[in-house]
Amino acid sequence: MSLLQEVAVGEPDPIRPRRVTGPTARIVAGKILRAVVTLAFVVVFNFFLFRLLPGDPIGLYTRGRNMDPEQIAALREELNRPIWEQFFAYIRNPFDPGIDSTRFSQPVWELIGERVWPTVLLLGTAIVIATIVGIWIGIRAGWKPGSRFDKVSTGTTLTLYSMPEFWLGMMLLIVLGVGAFGLPGFFPVGGIASPGVDTSTPAGWLNVLWHMFLPCLTLTLIYLADYSLVMRASLIDERKSEYLMLARAKGLRDVMVRKRHAVPNALLPTITLIFLSLGFVVTGAITVETVFSWPGLGLLTYEALRGPDIPLLQATFLLFSIAVIGANLIAELLYVIIDPRVRQ
Amino acid sequence: MAGLIILAFFVLVAILAPILISPESLDVTKATGERFDPPSLAYPLGTDEDGRSILLLLAYGTRISLTVGLAATLISMVIGTAVGIMAGHFRGAGSHALVGVTDWFLVIPFLPLAIVLATVLGPSTLNLIIVIGITSWAGTARLIRAQTLSIEGRPYIERSKALGAGNWHQMTRHVLPNVFPLVLANTTLTVAIVILSETTLSFLGLGDPLAPSWGAILDSAFSTGAVSQGAWWYVLPPGICVVLVVLAFTLVGRAMERIMEGRT
Repeated sequence: MSLLQEVAVGEPDPIRPRRVTGPTARIVAGKILRAVVTLAFVVVFNFFLFRLLPGDPIGLYTRGRNMDPEQIAALREELNRPIWEQFFAYIRNPFDPGIDSTRFSQPVWELIGERVWPTVLLLGTAIVIATIVGIWIGIRAGWKPGSRFDKVSTGTTLTLYSMPEFWLGMMLLIVLGVGAFGLPGFFPVGGIASPGVDTSTPAGWLNVLWHMFLPCLTLTLIYLADYSLVMRASLIDERKSEYLMLARAKGLRDVMVRKRHAVPNALLPTITLIFLSLGFVVTGAITVETVFSWPGLGLLTYEALRGPDIPLLQATFLLFSIAVIGANLIAELLYVIIDPRVRQ
Repeated sequence: MAGLIILAFFVLVAILAPILISPESLDVTKATGERFDPPSLAYPLGTDEDGRSILLLLAYGTRISLTVGLAATLISMVIGTAVGIMAGHFRGAGSHALVGVTDWFLVIPFLPLAIVLATVLGPSTLNLIIVIGITSWAGTARLIRAQTLSIEGRPYIERSKALGAGNWHQMTRHVLPNVFPLVLANTTLTVAIVILSETTLSFLGLGDPLAPSWGAILDSAFSTGAVSQGAWWYVLPPGICVVLVVLAFTLVGRAMERIMEGRT
């Protein structure tokens, strides 16, 4: 699901037009409840889907591991229990520290804990830069649609939008990392820091930043393409409003009409959509981290899927779903706070 | 217009690929080139890790990428339109359930869900089509539901109800023809997204290794180290093909949407 489609689809439903009549507390409670139900479905789905795997599940679990026959027998015994017993054991604690990765022979949640921060650092930086630059481009292009700036920027962003993000990453890596077309390779070709560098010192931070440059550039370009297209569409919509004509009739300069009247209103749906697009952000994280061997959750997912390491895959799917459902909830709650019309 | 020309070109390549190129030229054991040859007269786009011509690989990849793209879009549009119309037409628990399922698919992050499904089903072209089809219909369903609701309020639906038309008749004879233009415009935009999804999933190794699409070509380029060798001729062309096709579908879809907006 991409942002562009969201704009087309994201109009309020005629039958459920953000239909909220009661006090704010009830609206908020309703939204939280819906998020919890969605999450519950993810857990149930996660459990049953992997029970449908063809072949010998224990064979998949234990492939390539040194395990006692006793341990394997215990695992088999586990699967011989009635399905509902297994189900309750799983849903009671999907974050059970006893779930081991089959590839790394380490508890999955411990592995995930190690990989969270690189992803947060990389995605956080890319999203912040992309939001600022993307919205700026969207405002300039959307305020004067058809201008030369609009034509150039919309052409560029549409092309970026059509690009697989990992391909852009691979090309940047070849040209700026390895060196091609007569350019020397300047940037590192992968990883988060040079071997032997202590990342807790200021010199180590610089080293991490230097390694982060290319993956961050890739993600920023891809995200800002979407954000600027959304902002542009939103501002063009807003330009039709009558209050802008009133603002002009009052004699306000064009800059003031834009800054004080049009942009704040156009920003509202854009910011919400940026929050709602975390699913799309996750896609970029998985493939771009893979290309740049950035040791985050995306690369971990790739490693899990190439195994396949089923317990790890289950855990990353659960984690990404929680993150995205959480971001959606925040977006909806923010809307309630920012836009008083929703509360009426 | 430019979009249509690009699309016509790629469709032509996809259809003619097996006629112009003998499958032997893609056989690893009969490859004639060297490993990672840069572009030359004999191999206009260079060679891959097995010495095969990348130009020929691309032509075959066009066939697979477009087939998967169109087939998955078809599944997605059929599910999306059916769910959308039913959710808009009926009232009560059934409708709520459909809306709930749609919302669920809208919220769940696409790639992790597709990875999980594709891992369970196993790598093959057909499974790839199914996985993409059943993960990408929710946006369409929501759009079609909104449109259905607005159509259901029109007098001719009431008239047909008064004349005793059943649910099936109302949905297929009155609602469907009216949402169809919207479905078509949405299809074009969906193809673009589906082809991007296909490229991503194939790049992650979830497609059929024996029928390489553009994404799978990028996967072999990545996993055989073409990037660290600086073999740009292996990486650049498949990506350009993806960008051109996706951009073309997006432009055509947006143009169709504009025409539609003018009409209603």
